[in-house]
Amino acid sequence: MFNVMFAELRKLRRPSLFLGTMGAVVFFSALFSSLLFLLIDSPQGNSDRGRMIGREVLSLSTGGVQGFASVGTFLGIIALCVFAAQTAQEYTYGTLRNLLIRQPNRWLILLGKLKAMSIFATVMVIFSAIVSIGASVALAPRAKVPTDLWFGADGRHAILQTFINVLVSVIGFGTVGMILGLILRSPISAISFGVLWLLIVENLVIAVKNSTENWMPGAQLAAIAQGGTPTVSYSHALFLGGMYVLAGSIISSVLFARRDVSN
Amino acid sequence: MSNTAISVKDLSKKYGDRFAVSHATFEVPLGTICGFVGPNGSGKTTTMRMLLGLIIPTAGTGEILGESIQHPNRYLPRVGAMIEGPAFYPTLSGAENLNVLARLGGFPLSRVQGLLEQVGLGDRAQSKYKTYSLGMKQRLGIAAALLPSPKLLMLDEPTNGLDPEGIQEVRALLRLLADGGTSVFVSSHLLSELELISDYLVMLRKGEVVFAGPMQNLMEAQQPVIIAKSLNEGDLPKLLALALKAGHHATIRDGAVHVQGPAQWAVEFNKAAFDVGIHLSQLTPQLPNLEKTFFEMTGDN
Repeated sequence: MFNVMFAELRKLRRPSLFLGTMGAVVFFSALFSSLLFLLIDSPQGNSDRGRMIGREVLSLSTGGVQGFASVGTFLGIIALCVFAAQTAQEYTYGTLRNLLIRQPNRWLILLGKLKAMSIFATVMVIFSAIVSIGASVALAPRAKVPTDLWFGADGRHAILQTFINVLVSVIGFGTVGMILGLILRSPISAISFGVLWLLIVENLVIAVKNSTENWMPGAQLAAIAQGGTPTVSYSHALFLGGMYVLAGSIISSVLFARRDVSN
Repeated sequence: MSNTAISVKDLSKKYGDRFAVSHATFEVPLGTICGFVGPNGSGKTTTMRMLLGLIIPTAGTGEILGESIQHPNRYLPRVGAMIEGPAFYPTLSGAENLNVLARLGGFPLSRVQGLLEQVGLGDRAQSKYKTYSLGMKQRLGIAAALLPSPKLLMLDEPTNGLDPEGIQEVRALLRLLADGGTSVFVSSHLLSELELISDYLVMLRKGEVVFAGPMQNLMEAQQPVIIAKSLNEGDLPKLLALALKAGHHATIRDGAVHVQGPAQWAVEFNKAAFDVGIHLSQLTPQLPNLEKTFFEMTGDN
């Protein structure tokens, strides 16, 4: 499995992919955190779906990671795209047959790939944490938000907890991308389906019937990143999101292990 | 220990109602170059994929280097393969692509540069794969197949896209590998090339094996043809009669008499023609070749 992982990391470190992805991570992380502080007095809100996060919330020990937590879903969508493309491209390039000739154990191929892409996702989350928290620290004085509690014992705990939550969520989103890549065997189809579902279909369904937010897979993963939302509790999101990912992983892995490789 | 590189018995693959490969049975001895031929769609690539564990046979058994094809992990570390053309990551260089495969298979990365030199890509090792010509891609595919220092090399159309010099190099490389004890199983449409290098041949037609055995046996089973032309085309029926009288099967086509018989009989044929006053403008004993045999056996033209 480690051979597969190191081989996959060689593909993931290519400059066009690595720098492009990290560039997007830095951009969105800086944007989300900046908006949180720059629009703090805006009547249209300064957070997700027009929510208002005021000075009193931002000055708490969790204030420094508010921006980081809210960018989690976007990081997840980036991870979904990367995981889906890295998986499905093996079919479109025809390179899967090379992989299977050199490592015939298909389960090891999947585990090694997932491990390597999880490392990539971890680097993404680290970059995002540094940029988000850095931007928050830089913009807090201008927004008249005190930062005294951000780096105390509770603040450091909040940073660690948010980091873990965002990482779990991002790897969850990425795994969904990998599942779609394995099932659809085309990067374009896998990414289109995943992004359309998460950004449009789920939001439309939730807008029509609010209670479905408790059941939509993307909403669960997004809630994990934020440590739970007012409508979806953290434990519910963790359980249900985990179930969705587990079920998808089992189905797609069994398909992958049994399917003929004829392209 | 088994003395066959490949051994399959009743190997079949069925898609829906159609057999892509039907009850294929053949053996390839160790240390030989075995040509694998058949018209398009005859099941060559499907057979190779079954042997490499990429697709699961519907029925039948097989062994590679003495191990059952049900356990590809036991023999693939000793097998190099290029199936259905080269396939690599376009944005990685040739060397990086091989590094990925070397890392995956647990082979030393130090082998990569040497292999690239061996296939003539040493000076383009750092160029991206997407900038390679078809011939260069093919060479990279061969280098990838050589990564494990294979005991068995399986190549599907390795000379596709190569120039005549490249084809000659591949032929020499395969011979060199076979002389060093590597068994080579190679499919190609260039039958004249296979005829030059193969010791053994497996021929498929519509998913069925129509011949499997030493190349020499196949050629010996084919009758040579003597082609005779006269200055006067009106003499052709007389020449035909002479050949038939001598007990040989003969026909007139393309302005010449084609006689099936041993090459040595050409001398007697010339003398007999001279004796009846016919002056031959051409007398050519033609030995059987793989291409002609292939068309006869597969019914393809």
